[in-house]
Amino acid sequence: MKFAVLRFPGSNCDQDCVHALNAIPGASADYVWHKDTSLAGFDAVVVPGGFSYGDYLRCGAIARFSPIMKAVQEFAASGAPVIGICNGFQILCESGLLPGALVRNRGLHFVCEHVSLRVERDDALFTKATRTGQILNIPIAHGEGCYFADDETLAGLNAHGQVLLRYCDENGNVSDAANPNGSRENIAAIRNRAGNIFGLMPHPERACDPLLGSTDGLHIFQSILK
Amino acid sequence: MKALVTVMPKTSVLDPQGAAAAEAMRHHGLENAGRVRIGKVIEIDLPEGADEALLHEIARDLLSNPVIEDYELKVIQP
Repeated sequence: MKFAVLRFPGSNCDQDCVHALNAIPGASADYVWHKDTSLAGFDAVVVPGGFSYGDYLRCGAIARFSPIMKAVQEFAASGAPVIGICNGFQILCESGLLPGALVRNRGLHFVCEHVSLRVERDDALFTKATRTGQILNIPIAHGEGCYFADDETLAGLNAHGQVLLRYCDENGNVSDAANPNGSRENIAAIRNRAGNIFGLMPHPERACDPLLGSTDGLHIFQSILK
Repeated sequence: MKALVTVMPKTSVLDPQGAAAAEAMRHHGLENAGRVRIGKVIEIDLPEGADEALLHEIARDLLSNPVIEDYELKVIQP
């Protein structure tokens, strides 16, 4: 499976994503510049983390209008997998490919730490290699990762099983104390209704090598390959 | 002419920046300071007769995010 890893001015997790994916048997990855207009030859798209366009206006607000994003819209509409990580998640929300928005962390601080995440369902394209209730240890690194959606949108997300990961404590309890950024209902990752677009604030590409303290990020990428 | 676009977080959205600023105002002696919300103002210089419908579209789709923010557009003639 060939992954396109998008590069915007200010992306900074693109190399980590390509490195992590190329190390997984069955996967390969290559960069796609934001001014490109085609995703031909690719089977999946990763919108990586970073600070596209310096986070000017709002995180992801300008990247959303990059030429490649039109191709991503069409690619996603064809049912192919699209993953947005951190700033990539923000870009997908700004694009309207995923519901809601990511706003300033409740505590105002940039939070950079390993967190525990509870898998909400293991029958999704992006969590097939996990089991429901499993606790993943994956780092976060963001200043604007507080997931916000209005009550109606939130009810829709829950009704359609679109929440895939929630912040929890090490025992799997989803509590306010285990919420690092004030996200509504501890939401760390969601998918669209069709199930092929996935956005998450944690960085699975930073948890793919034992040297980095966790290999739980591999579960996410392996799910897509499964 | 100029266009002034004011973008404010919706009242239903948590504004921790505003809350922190309110706390600082209380420390400065404004003990009865209520809720504070922080938005932004975008000033655009334009030639006469700019397309106001296009300005609204830009204010709605680029300068603000309707999920979390409201905008107000004011066109100022010199």
